[in-house]
Amino acid sequence: MPLTTASRAADAPPAPTPPAPASFDASARYRLDPQVALRPEPFGALAYHYGSRRLTFLRSELLAEVVRQLGEHESVEVALAATVPEPDRPAYRRALASLADSRFIVAF
Amino acid sequence: MPSEPATATRPGLTEQLKGGLDAPICLTWEITYGCNLACIHCLSSSGRRDPRELSTDEAIAVIDELHDLQVFYVNIGGGEPTIRPDFYDLIQYSVSRGVGVKFSTNGSTINAERAARLAGMDYVDVQISIDGADAETNDAVRGTGSYAAARQAMDHLAHAGFGPFKISVVMTRHNVEQLPALEALADGYGAQLRLTRLRPSGRGAETWGQLHPTQDQQVALYRWLIDRPGVLTGDSFFHLSALGEALPGLNLCGAGRVVCLIDPVGDVYACPFVLHPEFRAGSVRDPGGFAQVWRHSELFIELRQPAAAGACASCGSYDACQGGCMAAKFFTGLPLDGPDPECVLGHGEQMLAGVAAGAAPSPGPGHSVPVTLSARRR
Repeated sequence: MPLTTASRAADAPPAPTPPAPASFDASARYRLDPQVALRPEPFGALAYHYGSRRLTFLRSELLAEVVRQLGEHESVEVALAATVPEPDRPAYRRALASLADSRFIVAF
Repeated sequence: MPSEPATATRPGLTEQLKGGLDAPICLTWEITYGCNLACIHCLSSSGRRDPRELSTDEAIAVIDELHDLQVFYVNIGGGEPTIRPDFYDLIQYSVSRGVGVKFSTNGSTINAERAARLAGMDYVDVQISIDGADAETNDAVRGTGSYAAARQAMDHLAHAGFGPFKISVVMTRHNVEQLPALEALADGYGAQLRLTRLRPSGRGAETWGQLHPTQDQQVALYRWLIDRPGVLTGDSFFHLSALGEALPGLNLCGAGRVVCLIDPVGDVYACPFVLHPEFRAGSVRDPGGFAQVWRHSELFIELRQPAAAGACASCGSYDACQGGCMAAKFFTGLPLDGPDPECVLGHGEQMLAGVAAGAAPSPGPGHSVPVTLSARRR
């Protein structure tokens, strides 16, 4: 099961045709986009991007935690090492890459 | 949930959403029953303002509560919301509290100055309603002059540099064939097209029979939407997903689970299409306010229980369409655990034939402006 589910339930505009996908670099420092709000939910969190009006479901509490604290770590890898058990890290890397694609998280 | 891998220990997202959230994802807030139009399908039977409508202070308190609940945005409508003298103050306040605003308007009050004001506001989306690609088709539903007024508002927004506003169209038998023209109209403005489903709610109860799309038109609409994932639908056509591939969106009835309605007097209903005592959950004026209603009303708790598929249980498409729209069933007199009246497999039509005349619940006159003799003479 993917850790994130993007939704157009928010009646958001369609995803802008991705301009040459900003390649996600897990060795770089990322943070939550300042225009994104997280709301805790039993399944993890709802994330809403006020700029693009897009809604994403973060489908694990740990992912919500990682995303919330991402900016405090010097890189994505360091953040993952600090919070996520090693066997789970590939799934979290993929989830973060997808959040970077949709600009919910951005490089510093 | 056949798509869930065996390793998943959590319930699927759809199941989780059906069980309800601590707060709505978004909600509809109709801030006045007053309207200068009298559309024949108005889902809230609007016309006259209600003397009990929430005051400015009460509306501010609602916004504060939505902020506390982290409701990301609110769909403001009516009636015609912009006729409230405090309309611009309320939306400005809402945005300042982190509750984004999307409002629906017939456009008649959006002059150049107001368009410029809107263009200067962040996190405000504007939806202008038209129900046809030309004045003849639109005005037959929304009233004489309403097409011209809406187009003028679009012109003002475009000139003010508002950006991509939305053009919102309720799909009827008379405008499905105009989809290409509606798309071209939106493209011409750099606007987004938004299509929603006609419900037999409010004054629509009287007109739905003549206005709702035919089965062939539903199939054509489905194919058109599948080819255009960028067209917004507010998830309102999930009953069409029984035709094949699911349309984008959550594909479930969100009433009382992830959405709800606050009406102009503060009453909370399960969704915008069920303004009827049976679906009234409480009031924001009750002790505990909106949060208490959302979390503890008997009605909402019941709506979050797993629904029985009822007459649809033996249909192979139930997982796709989820039995369709609760409001459409209710106001056409069909059982809530039966097929949608517009079931694409025809089960609804069959059952509709068995509903006795006058047996469907009435939405009542609501706030419709009574037709008087003097008005008729003119």
